[in-house]
Amino acid sequence: MTDLTALTLAEARDALKAKTFTAVELTDAYIAAMEKARVLNAYVAETPDKACDMAKASDARIAAGKAGALEGLPLGIKDLYATKGVHTQACSHILDGFKPTYESTVSANLWADGAVMLGKLNMDEFAMGSSNETSHYGAVINPWRRNGSDVNLVPGGSSGGSAAAVAARLCLGATATDTGGSIRQPAAFTGTTGIKPTYGRCSRWGLVAFASSLDQAGPIARDVRDAAILLKSMASVDLKDTTSVDMPVPDYEAAIGKSVKGLRIGIPKEYRLDGMPAEIDALWQKGIDILREAGAEIVNISLPHTKYALPAYYIVAPAEASSNLARYDGVRYGLRVPGSDIVDMYENTRAAGFGAEVKRRILIGTYVLSAGYYDAYYLRAQKVRTLIKRDFETVYAEGVDAILTPATPSAAFGIGEKADADPVEMYLNDVFTVTVNMAGLPGLAVPAGLSAEGLPLGLQLIGRPFDEETLFTLGAAIEKAVGTFSPAKWW
Amino acid sequence: MNMAVRTPDPKKMIKGATGDWEVIIGLEVHAQVTSNAKLFSGASAVFGAEPNMHVSLVDAAMPGMLPVINEECVAQAIRTGLGLKAAINLYSVFDRKNYFYPDLPQGYQISQYKQPIVGEGKVLLDMPEGVVEIGIERLHLEQDAGKSIHDQHPTMSFVDLNRSGVALMEIVSKPDLRSSEEVKAYLAKLRTILRYLGTCDGNMEEGSMRADINVSVRKPGEPLGTRCEIKNVNSMRFAAQAVEYEARRQIGIIEDGGEIDQETRLYDPGKGETRSMRSKEEAHDYRYFPDPDLLPLELDPAWVKSLEADLPELPDEKKARFVADYGITPYDAMVLTLERASADYYEQVAKSRDGKAVANFMINELFGRLNKDGKGIETSPVSPAQLGAIVDLIGDGTISGKIAKDLFEIVYTEGGDPKALVEERGLKQVTDTGAIEKAVDEVIAANPDKAEQAKAKPTLSGWFVGQVMKATGGKANPQAVNDLVKRKLGIE
Amino acid sequence: MSVDTATVRRVARLARIKVTDDEAERMTNELNSILGFVEQLNEVDVAGVEPMTSVVSVKMRRRQDVVTDGEDAVAVTVNAPVSEDHFFLVPKVVE
Repeated sequence: MTDLTALTLAEARDALKAKTFTAVELTDAYIAAMEKARVLNAYVAETPDKACDMAKASDARIAAGKAGALEGLPLGIKDLYATKGVHTQACSHILDGFKPTYESTVSANLWADGAVMLGKLNMDEFAMGSSNETSHYGAVINPWRRNGSDVNLVPGGSSGGSAAAVAARLCLGATATDTGGSIRQPAAFTGTTGIKPTYGRCSRWGLVAFASSLDQAGPIARDVRDAAILLKSMASVDLKDTTSVDMPVPDYEAAIGKSVKGLRIGIPKEYRLDGMPAEIDALWQKGIDILREAGAEIVNISLPHTKYALPAYYIVAPAEASSNLARYDGVRYGLRVPGSDIVDMYENTRAAGFGAEVKRRILIGTYVLSAGYYDAYYLRAQKVRTLIKRDFETVYAEGVDAILTPATPSAAFGIGEKADADPVEMYLNDVFTVTVNMAGLPGLAVPAGLSAEGLPLGLQLIGRPFDEETLFTLGAAIEKAVGTFSPAKWW
Repeated sequence: MNMAVRTPDPKKMIKGATGDWEVIIGLEVHAQVTSNAKLFSGASAVFGAEPNMHVSLVDAAMPGMLPVINEECVAQAIRTGLGLKAAINLYSVFDRKNYFYPDLPQGYQISQYKQPIVGEGKVLLDMPEGVVEIGIERLHLEQDAGKSIHDQHPTMSFVDLNRSGVALMEIVSKPDLRSSEEVKAYLAKLRTILRYLGTCDGNMEEGSMRADINVSVRKPGEPLGTRCEIKNVNSMRFAAQAVEYEARRQIGIIEDGGEIDQETRLYDPGKGETRSMRSKEEAHDYRYFPDPDLLPLELDPAWVKSLEADLPELPDEKKARFVADYGITPYDAMVLTLERASADYYEQVAKSRDGKAVANFMINELFGRLNKDGKGIETSPVSPAQLGAIVDLIGDGTISGKIAKDLFEIVYTEGGDPKALVEERGLKQVTDTGAIEKAVDEVIAANPDKAEQAKAKPTLSGWFVGQVMKATGGKANPQAVNDLVKRKLGIE
Repeated sequence: MSVDTATVRRVARLARIKVTDDEAERMTNELNSILGFVEQLNEVDVAGVEPMTSVVSVKMRRRQDVVTDGEDAVAVTVNAPVSEDHFFLVPKVVE
């Protein structure tokens, strides 16, 4: 038998339906691949027994003709998702030993459709990071390497484990989350496809919260079709999440292969940054050419408040995080470090339980909300956010269907390379992606080529609210032109 | 802000060594919303359960849990606002108030800070000197905290989250109160209104109503003094005591040349004094900001209208109607309308009867008797029909007022149809003049000396009346006895 | 605006995170770098602009007043570092 892990999710789905192999066989192939790839540190908890049980149940359902949309397809789950009885720690020391008694809505949707859980995927602690280096469980190694180099590179973050696992064929697809770029940037760094849907499209119930007004679940997948299939199952209306939107979930897969003819694609001039590497610029031009040749209409647009998105984000997200992370106090779950009194216990627990980046953001967030600073920072940032959203509304009102930009300002960098750098330098990784979260819009990252050093580079498509379908159509058009990318196996 | 616009009333002031002091009081009352489930979760809001049983994963602030607002709690806040004659804000926002405490699992309380659901309103107090209007500043919805128990273990506190997330209405008054009597009257009136509306059970023992009391003192006409906040007072009596103590404490300090520190204090009912909460030494910085897990609360005006249409008659309106319809005094009407159940009881009895007579009998006999047993009107052993029958028996002269009391006691303790009881036990008033005349003759015959004296001193006739009543077991019609005695003694 | 070490200590205290002298020093620099970065927001004219309250324009959904949850003290306390008789235990709190 050929290597089952080489198949895409769609191919595996069709083969299972055709009974070419069983779900157990497919799952076993992934369990074996995971064992051989532990050096990548993509998984923080493997659940092979659970996977086998679920695969057996899938085979039974397939035999009974009761297969779900994702029947028997093995997936990895980001550690930010609550999984009942299974390691759920947001890759933080402070959640040591936490095993929820509940299942997140999104993962529950996947299991309801028959998917198989392989384990929990590494990530930046509490999803705060752009390189997966802030994880309490150590950095994830990108399966991609520069031509002729054996330097370990970061897979991006915060969904670094998800991206690396998909790129290295350690799962058919993975769940991820995106608060400022945490799906799209790692997807771009690993040659995978990731979509952050419109805010409210996927339930946040059971996702460990980072910044509530920005967090959104989405998939990282081998290709555009796989991403569409996964999102269809992940998305739902959830009565347990007040911010989840009551709209039917369309058949995203049906959007793939549709013509892009007549679609108006906006090219925002503000995304052309000073000092941007020439190959990023060239990649962007390549994307423009592909879509134009496919029949789309290219228009130059302006999103004047773009440059303020990142600074506004670094007020809003830490402010929300400082409050969301107050519940980690050593009382009801996770780590407790004793102290001389209750306050001392809190301070010791949180000092030991949070890593440096999380502490930094909690302190910034606490500061900008504190008495006398709220108006100058938080309130102003939320006003700027209104302006950022208005920029998008204006161009969409003028008939633009989607916006094309680079996904990241560079290709993947080396592990530890930015360890001593100013925190702001790391934050700049999200410069192209963060606007989308601030405006609550859908954004798709699709690989579009390789850098001179042989590393994947991605483009980003930004859509109208709840118009993920157009993004899948456009993403598929780019993919059709450039193909898909896989790393050479070295592990 | 209403900056204490009431005209200073010397009768309400406290005398100090340097003259009269005016006491300025404002209250923040936390009233638990009557609802089945909590404000943002589906756990039960009912008081009293095993530890952590009425707790959902949302209330315990498990990672990834999200709040979803309970519509009935919103409706209750609106009803309360309407009952306080207040403006309902169609757009309000839930904020997070951030602080660390073991019984606050989220590390923040969801509350309404800048944009509450209810704006300015008023409460009218019936004081001896007349009606006093107390302004309401605002009402907002917020979550209750859990409970820490400190006496179970030498070094540990036990935390129970059953109360965590229960809906509270914080009702903030303007600094319009001027005495401990007004504080008591305000709390009583607020409790009455909430109970009428069915939005809070007003059970202070179970903590359904708690007050934070802001107290300051000043010389009449001077600007407001520095205030102290007395936290978490859970009875009307303690509230009044705490205000008295606190006002005198502040006056003492100022008159001794000292200054008042703005601080939070606790009332110790055992010692009858307030003391500083020293453990709260740290300056609070609550870092309020809009809760990003929730959207703004937008109300449909039609919904508010429909809630308003369904409001019950409120105590002030009911009181006015009782005075107008039944001709009773405003005081009696106030007493009868204190509880909706009493008012309903009264109306059932008074509907086709003399309202004054019913009011008198209810207030003097029924309330007195229920009070003695610590019973509420809901569990009164005497039904409105029974009470009505007794009043009827007095009214048509079948029994005397004195016998009515005995009959009431029989009905209260043994039950039964008052009319039948009168027959069975021979309680009927004797109106047969022949029988009365016979008794009068006998008493006069037995006391010839007194009869002689009475001719000169007519007031002695009262003694004869008493003797005759005694001889007839109280059943003789007192008026008939009186007439006959006078005639027979010849002192008409 | 920039912060000094004393401010960082005060903020860390508010956030209940113990910091050593070295950490306070380092964090002061990092926070100032971030605060310097966000300073550019002051260039934006926000006069008359409403702050964003929700990124999606939908009405807040409400739940019915029905008890649907709770009644499982084990699920609530099973992950607690220290618990007894379904209570959470914490170092004694002095009021």
